[in-house]
Amino acid sequence: MITEELKIKINELLPSVTYEEGGEWPTLNIESKDWLRFADSLRNDDQLFFNYLFCVTCVDWKTHLTMVYHLTSTKHRHTIVVKSKLDRNNPEIETVSHIWRTADFHEREAYEMFGVKFLNHPDLRLLILPDGWEGKNPMRKDFEDPVNMIRL
Amino acid sequence: MYRETEIIKDATAIDADGDLVINVGPQHPATHGVLHLVITLNGETIKKVEPHLGYIHRSIEKMCESLSYRQFIYVTSRMDYLSAHINNHACALCVEKGLQVEIPPRAQVIRVLMDELTRLASHELWWGAMAMDLGAFTPFFHAFRERETINDIMEETCGARLTMNYMVPGGVMADIHPNFQKRVKDFIQLYKSKIDEYDELVTGNIIFQNRMKGVGYLSTEDAISYGCTGPTARGSGVSCDIRKLYPYEVYSKVEFDEILEKGCDSFARYMVRIKEMQQSIRIIEQLIENIPEGDFQAKTKAVLKLPKGEFYSRVETARGEFGVYIISEGGMTPYRIKFRSPGFSNLSALDHMARGSKIGDLIAMMGTLDLVIPDIDR
Repeated sequence: MITEELKIKINELLPSVTYEEGGEWPTLNIESKDWLRFADSLRNDDQLFFNYLFCVTCVDWKTHLTMVYHLTSTKHRHTIVVKSKLDRNNPEIETVSHIWRTADFHEREAYEMFGVKFLNHPDLRLLILPDGWEGKNPMRKDFEDPVNMIRL
Repeated sequence: MYRETEIIKDATAIDADGDLVINVGPQHPATHGVLHLVITLNGETIKKVEPHLGYIHRSIEKMCESLSYRQFIYVTSRMDYLSAHINNHACALCVEKGLQVEIPPRAQVIRVLMDELTRLASHELWWGAMAMDLGAFTPFFHAFRERETINDIMEETCGARLTMNYMVPGGVMADIHPNFQKRVKDFIQLYKSKIDEYDELVTGNIIFQNRMKGVGYLSTEDAISYGCTGPTARGSGVSCDIRKLYPYEVYSKVEFDEILEKGCDSFARYMVRIKEMQQSIRIIEQLIENIPEGDFQAKTKAVLKLPKGEFYSRVETARGEFGVYIISEGGMTPYRIKFRSPGFSNLSALDHMARGSKIGDLIAMMGTLDLVIPDIDR
């Protein structure tokens, strides 16, 4: 589907969506409360059919966090980027690990690195960080480690 | 002494159901690195495989936030060290996307040649190591004989054998060595005379086939859902070769086939890699004869600054789709950088593949996933 058609279709699904200018692919901003329902329709709608989630990450903007999902369709070969702003003090968003299984590991990574809580995630534990690591989220911008920080 | 036995007893605790929990790794030859798997067994049948990562986590993403756009590429060779060139390539592509630099044709061809040589070397190592996992020791020597030749070629041009750091934004760091073309041609001759040995030694072996066929079933839908890419997904019939779907550099001008197998099992994944090696040779043959003359590097500023925005580049490494996602605020260093590594997603499918099969087959499955642990941990 070409970008314009894609935008019309997505607006039908979720009228509150806003677009970001620039970037290689259409970039959508959505509210975190809409994510689960929206993700489900992105995956299961025949015309959209975004069945391949190839990148999940989080960005710390110092005032808020942003979850970024890169989605593509192996059938229609179109790609979109979905972003959702989260509160930095209490970041919470619904998990999509039952829709795209790859989200399981990626969300666990975002959980330990940024402290994002994925609601209803089946197994939200530390994946990369050692057991007993508490509180500090290393990928946040204000993380300081007196011993292991590398600066050039 | 007795206290040590206490620790072991704790690690292999028997659950109320009568399940046995055993640890594979972090120091185990079959994991090819420091991967720790906690396996729940019922008799010999696997009930659950839980990977514990992080033994070689260096937080490369965080490190890159304080490195300039020229510096950060050197760190990325240390992720997937068997595809060092291709990792560097992805990062260089992403920076070039931001700078909007045109790459000279000579550099493009050299890059693709290096990528394909790397892919060959990586698959050679995988082939030998996987056969060794299954108890065959000889293939390892055969594979390393050819791999050494590639490493020698690399050494002559790049000065390094494993972490090359040869690609820079704008092209490649130095021109190829005068011997490069001749040695690559010699290598192709050598490889072609040896390739049949591979099939004789391993592929056609009935014991090998029995251990691979029907083991580690991963359906097409599951492969996509788990985000598997590269030969792992193509063994399940998912068309996902970035070189074909989103061609970069000169991949759109060369002829090669995307290898797809329908078997969905370990043997299908094995065959994809074996056939892919021949396709790499095909690409090299088309390019090696006429490398265009000209500059090997475009002119770029000494200090690179990317405009404000987001840049994503994806390439096909030996293990699958490698993505680099740079968020720039307009400064000299990236604000945030994310590496989408193929091994991380491929590993997440291991639990699903292994459930219900025997523990002996787990090694065959891990072998065909072609895991490189620093690539997973980053």
